[in-house]
Amino acid sequence: MNGVTIQVDREPRASRVLGIGGYRPSRSVTNAEIVDRIDSSDEWIRTRSGIESRRWANDEETVVAMSLAAARKALADAGVQPEQVDCVIVSTVTHLFQTPSAAAEIAHKLGTNRAAAFDVSAACAGFCYGLSLASDMVRAGTARHVVVIGVERLSDLTDKTDRSTAFLFADGAGAAVVGPAADLGEAGIGPVVWGSDGEHLDLIRQKEDWRDALFGEAGPSMPHLVMEGNPVFRWASYEMAKVAQEALTAAGVTVEDLDVFVPHQANMRITDAMSRQLKLPERVAVARDIATQGNTSAASIPLAIERMLETGEAQSGDLALIIGFGAGLVYAGQVIRIP
Amino acid sequence: MASTEEIREGLAEIVNEITGVPAEDVQLGKSFTDDLDIDSLSMVEVVVAAEEKFGVKIPDEEVKNLATVGDAVTFIEKAGS
Repeated sequence: MNGVTIQVDREPRASRVLGIGGYRPSRSVTNAEIVDRIDSSDEWIRTRSGIESRRWANDEETVVAMSLAAARKALADAGVQPEQVDCVIVSTVTHLFQTPSAAAEIAHKLGTNRAAAFDVSAACAGFCYGLSLASDMVRAGTARHVVVIGVERLSDLTDKTDRSTAFLFADGAGAAVVGPAADLGEAGIGPVVWGSDGEHLDLIRQKEDWRDALFGEAGPSMPHLVMEGNPVFRWASYEMAKVAQEALTAAGVTVEDLDVFVPHQANMRITDAMSRQLKLPERVAVARDIATQGNTSAASIPLAIERMLETGEAQSGDLALIIGFGAGLVYAGQVIRIP
Repeated sequence: MASTEEIREGLAEIVNEITGVPAEDVQLGKSFTDDLDIDSLSMVEVVVAAEEKFGVKIPDEEVKNLATVGDAVTFIEKAGS
């Protein structure tokens, strides 16, 4: 060793969410349009999932187009200019290119100054994974402003005749801008509690890989997502309530301090069961965006926050618990201040 | 170990709490789906609560075999003995 010291940034910083924005596809699909192909009924779908209608994207509403719309809204909400963005993180499982990343294209089209850009594959936990990365970057000084986008076109990978998923999956984009807090006492993003459980890889997954989808006996066709509803319901409702509780503890708060609870919008029944497990006080507003949006995987949490701000259920400065969970299985939860 | 009747009563309490079905309707011969109108997701909640209450493990693959209240009571009796 030659005695030269590599310089590192030692300044302690806190991060916070500066702005939120979403994009909902123009087409609203009612249960009536879904039921014939899955031998079901409007009432069955409502009672099993709380979904009345969902948004499906049209051909123009691509992963990149929806992301750009959501990110521009989030930047405007944050009062941050595109050229101030140092990194763009896109969480998605439905950008149908192995490479290049959606993030690189989005960073360019947003007008950033060659911001770092990459995609994250963490399914329905994608937004919380991206938010955790962004927060750590800001805290470490790697980036000053980070755009985190959760975006999906799940309808592309949905088997419209599959009774357990056809009514559930939907499309959309949500974005957040993460930046520095004024000081450590103003921290707006708590420690992440996250992990994976690959033992249960089979519970939610893409049924066939691209090679089989294209060249297998049944092909060529799009691959489809499949899910085992009851074990997923059990895992999400009970195991994820424990993770949510750990996220509260990690941030040094209790359910009594919370104003808002925004779980991934997987299924209204999961949201209800988690809320009961957490013993949320009645005054805590619970996100129920799934009713008219469907399950949009990585996009669901920022979309739900945006709606709660629009309806007045959430206000700037509110303390929120967010948690994402999905295929992998993977999960991540944290406490944030609503921007 | 609790008696059959005690397990049925405990299960009836759980079913009532989760689904609102009157506890007195939860009798051994009743089918969870057809008679008590309990859907598969509520059944998962009933199972998890029963596991906690009776200190037993009811695996996912076993749940579909528990068609009636009697089936569940018998399973809990065996699992707990």
